[in-house]
Amino acid sequence: MLKLPIYLDHNATTPCDPRVVEAMVPYFTNTYGNAASRNHPFGWQAEAAVDYAREQIAKLIGADAKEIIFTSGATEADNLALKGVFEMYRSKGNHIITCNIEHKAVLDTCKHLEKEGAEITYLKVNPDGLIDLKELEAAFKPTTILVAIMYANNEIGTIMPMKEISALSRKKGVLVFSDATQAVGKVPIDVNKDGIDLMAFSAHKMYGPKGVGALYVRRKNPRVKVTAQMDGGGHERGMRSGTLNVPGIVGFGKACELCMLEMDQDAKRLGILRDKLESSLLKLEEAYVNGSTQHRLPHVSNISFKYVEGEGLMMGFNKDIAVSSGSACTSASLEPSYVLKALGLGDDLAHSSLRFGLGRFTTEEQIDYTIEQVTKTVNRLREMSPLWEMYKEGVNMNMVEWAHH
Amino acid sequence: MSYSEKVIDHYSNPKNVGTLDKSKQNVGTGLVGAPECGDVMRLQIEVDETTGIIKDAKFKTFGCGSAIASSSLATEWLKGKSVDDAVKIDNMDIVEELSLPPVKIHCSVLAEDAIKAAVNDYRQKNGLPELKFEGSVVH
Repeated sequence: MLKLPIYLDHNATTPCDPRVVEAMVPYFTNTYGNAASRNHPFGWQAEAAVDYAREQIAKLIGADAKEIIFTSGATEADNLALKGVFEMYRSKGNHIITCNIEHKAVLDTCKHLEKEGAEITYLKVNPDGLIDLKELEAAFKPTTILVAIMYANNEIGTIMPMKEISALSRKKGVLVFSDATQAVGKVPIDVNKDGIDLMAFSAHKMYGPKGVGALYVRRKNPRVKVTAQMDGGGHERGMRSGTLNVPGIVGFGKACELCMLEMDQDAKRLGILRDKLESSLLKLEEAYVNGSTQHRLPHVSNISFKYVEGEGLMMGFNKDIAVSSGSACTSASLEPSYVLKALGLGDDLAHSSLRFGLGRFTTEEQIDYTIEQVTKTVNRLREMSPLWEMYKEGVNMNMVEWAHH
Repeated sequence: MSYSEKVIDHYSNPKNVGTLDKSKQNVGTGLVGAPECGDVMRLQIEVDETTGIIKDAKFKTFGCGSAIASSSLATEWLKGKSVDDAVKIDNMDIVEELSLPPVKIHCSVLAEDAIKAAVNDYRQKNGLPELKFEGSVVH
């Protein structure tokens, strides 16, 4: 029996894997010590649990356990990386290179740093959602201290050429930071092979709990330091003060271990389901995939259904199927997704997009139901879309004088 | 954000979806909004020439659920009204009837604009001067 509603919004968050919860539970009631209490068994047990989790997490990304700095999540890790590097290396320069489809946690932090005297270059992306390496190369200045490029994009799932980006940056002696929130645990990442010096990620995007994340900070070749953004007890090698969230960290560790073990099979299975979903929906006329289909996370698909508005479309099935849309009809600005616009999509196509994010517990039955419901709703809404009627009549809509409001 | 029952009902069972023959002299058509803004509404009225009463109204809308519901409701209200009374429909009446939240008020404004555009199209076809609306609702 198909159980409703179906969750296909795994880029927003994921459910906790029951095995993760099971690992966490004892750390609420039995092993509740403060990992920083050095003088009694309660503290020692908590510290041992944190150390073990640090190992599990480090292993997943090819890092050393000492290079993991725990945070409250990826937003805090993004802030710590950007602000921390800017403050630490300011004497070397003030220039940071990033791109225009980064998450708001990166873009807004960069805007903040601009007010503090930073110079930020926002690289554009091509219609595939990837940066041009030549443009990156040309953007370096003697004052460049950091390249901040996301590993995979949250809206379209495209994967940036991290190895090439870091190779260029290394040549210039510039640090590389990557927001890998969407990629860690989904595709193989090795901070050494990928040449990443700082990397932000979060437990809740990989079947762990919300409220815990990490910043990877390289310790060797080169040794990287960030200025702490909070004052306090000097935890996490002085880079992030605050009592550690022991149950959360234990869950994060377990989530990483499971991803390590199951990533290959999950990716393969979800890739097949995603492709089935995508190819079935592309049978609809005037439906287009947004972003590269080659360099992409296996569980994500972002599709625009022309002449149908995304929010109106979601309303047709959102009692039963949870997805998200690049239409921003609910926001005060009425501006559609800046990521889709950065790909060169017109506002009309950006308004018509849906993001499907599959996950570990997605079944083929759910995908079949989704295909049926989305297809039905697109067809129904097109029947009541004046734009669809004009398209069918061959009206050139670029020639229509729209009453912009 | 959750929708009101009435919005859901109009969205699920929209009234008067369709197209009237815009070449007919007694049909007025209003097309408002823009694809880039995420909503386009086309509202049409068919007027009984002897009585001046709107005998049929149809719409097609590209937009969110609230935009679809606003236009569906507008066509319901238009039928049976005189052309002169049609332009008295205020967007806030739509907001109230559908319990639209503040971020969706523009949907009701669009519906009001569409009604006025349709009426003016009808008037212009029939040699009547275009009505000017004070405090233009175009935003």
